[in-house]
Amino acid sequence: MADVREAAAAPLDLLDERLRRGEGLKAALAGIWGRVRSGDLGALPIVLGLVVIWTVFQSLNSVFLSSANLVNLLMESASVGIIALGVVCVLLVGQIDLSVGSVSGLSAALTAVTFVKHGWPMPLAMAAALAAGAAIGFVYAQMVTRLGVPSFVATLAGLLSFLGIQLWLLGDTGAINIPFDSGLVHFAQLAFLPEWLSYVLVVVAAGWLFATGYGLARTRRAAGLSARSTTLLVARSVTVLLGLGFAVWYLNRARGVGWLFVSFVVLVLILNYALTRTGWGRSVFAVGGNAEAARRAGINVRRVYTSVFVLCSTFAALGGMIAAARLAAANQSTGAGDVNLNAIAAAVIGGTSLFGGRGSAFAALLGILVIQSISNGLTLLDLDSSFRFIITGLVLALAVMLDSVARRSRVAHGRAA
Amino acid sequence: MTAPAAAASQAPTRPILSLRGVSKNFGAVAALTEVDLDVAAGEVVAIVGDNGAGKSTLVKVLSGVHRADTGTVTFADREVTVASPADAHALGIATVFQDLALCENLNVIQNLFLGREVRRGRLDEVTMEIRSWELLRQLSAKIPTVRVPVASLSGGQRQTVAIARSLLGDPKVIILDEPTAALGVAQTAEVLNLIERLRDRGLGVIMISHNMEDVRAVADRVAVLRLGRNNGVFDADAPTEEIVAAMIGASDNAVSRRANQRRQSRQRRQRKEEE
Repeated sequence: MADVREAAAAPLDLLDERLRRGEGLKAALAGIWGRVRSGDLGALPIVLGLVVIWTVFQSLNSVFLSSANLVNLLMESASVGIIALGVVCVLLVGQIDLSVGSVSGLSAALTAVTFVKHGWPMPLAMAAALAAGAAIGFVYAQMVTRLGVPSFVATLAGLLSFLGIQLWLLGDTGAINIPFDSGLVHFAQLAFLPEWLSYVLVVVAAGWLFATGYGLARTRRAAGLSARSTTLLVARSVTVLLGLGFAVWYLNRARGVGWLFVSFVVLVLILNYALTRTGWGRSVFAVGGNAEAARRAGINVRRVYTSVFVLCSTFAALGGMIAAARLAAANQSTGAGDVNLNAIAAAVIGGTSLFGGRGSAFAALLGILVIQSISNGLTLLDLDSSFRFIITGLVLALAVMLDSVARRSRVAHGRAA
Repeated sequence: MTAPAAAASQAPTRPILSLRGVSKNFGAVAALTEVDLDVAAGEVVAIVGDNGAGKSTLVKVLSGVHRADTGTVTFADREVTVASPADAHALGIATVFQDLALCENLNVIQNLFLGREVRRGRLDEVTMEIRSWELLRQLSAKIPTVRVPVASLSGGQRQTVAIARSLLGDPKVIILDEPTAALGVAQTAEVLNLIERLRDRGLGVIMISHNMEDVRAVADRVAVLRLGRNNGVFDADAPTEEIVAAMIGASDNAVSRRANQRRQSRQRRQRKEEE
């Protein structure tokens, strides 16, 4: 008798008798454990990886985890992190952009030339560089969708061409200094949140997380669907509050939280919202999963590809500007060397599938933290770039191998590959 | 030989969808020649035929993927042109293609509403989830949870999702292209049950199939295509040999010869055992 009543009161989506039911914190933790065991690891490997990397570097050099160094690490991660955001989008539809490094270098050169040599106002110079980035993405999209050129080849050609244009723009000197008193350089190097504001933002973030979660839970309950319990939501928000609060407190012991890094996080949140809560985001995942099915469902696949390539090149252009501002100069090596591969590696290490349809905006944030930690730690140890390349390469290989193993496990446990 | 059978099995009521003299050529190849077809509401019409009989071409003409060269399509007493998949959809003709066209990485709700998401500013996941459950309940679908990626569903469950998706636009006619081709015994039975429920809801169902057993299990009438032409319409209880003969074109064919051989060898074995 009791069973019958219980079944009648069960939420609409949990009526099937094959489902195991459970509520509250304990059931939620058990659910997470079950997912991990079946290979749906989420962000766990990256977080564990970060812990390992930080422990190793801290034991080798006690400066590594100091507030001052972590502030620096976060500021340094913003530019390639922003580029990686664009790479995540392109990877989600199952394409690739190999030219993000060159595009970022070109954008840096363009900003410097128009601002310093031609005396354009800074906003105009930046807008021009962003527009150039968007135009490059548009051209890629046309090559891929209309002419059927594989994105690998189209962007490889772009890599060379735009590197050439960058060098040509910079001219014989090969470098253009951006004055320290310009707003962009100030923003990228010296602008930090006041201490009180950083704590306010932490509280706002935790409160917002709870409010949206609670609102969703209430709507779902009102509609007769299962919902997260309030205890769980409170626990989640308190965890975030304490975690972020501690991080901010620790960073505030040095220079604090940079506006640059906050802007990067805001971009991550905006992209995450766009990917998970809008029709555009849904169509990006659909195209990445099965482009033909998306087409038959009435999605304009060509437009999705175009939007994604444009977004990627624009993010690359923005990242290039930031890189130049960090250095207070645009030179021949801006965007060259490992920027390209670091951005792609960050997206992949963060958990974005190279085959499309799987990943998130947070992949860029987590991935770049891993890469920047390695780079920063090795610099502190006075090891040159040869070691940085070797170790970053090994971490990338490890991340992809872990993903492959986890994917096999997911398939065996009947979850999405 | 097939003419009397055809005369005996006219559509029981006024057809909701009827084709008259539809032809389609691909270059020099006549894929369809003067094909007629009637489907009434609440009726399952099976289209059978050998490879190359024009079944898939017919599906594509009806679903707007290809345009017919000549002939008329009448839908709900109105002559219509189906120039694109969107046209077919707007009319109320839904098609479930053989490959289902689902996105494996998306969950059941996301697949059901793909391309026509419910929005209130942003995506309204709650409304979509409720409507997904309503839809799946109507079909008595056996899907335990709609928040799992389609990749983790069985073949029959995927077929169910694809059929449910085609029902979202409230169609009058639903076309199923080889719905049981990739399925096991139990899953096939599930899909056949589903087809009967669609018929009971008053939909006209066109089912393309190779499998005579499945066809006879659910179809009210069986239309045979052969080399792009009509080759008779049969009642579902017509003998299989007769339908196969119409599909292949003669009573003395590979299928009947094989059946005869098996019968003879069985008789021979029985005789030996008796001795």
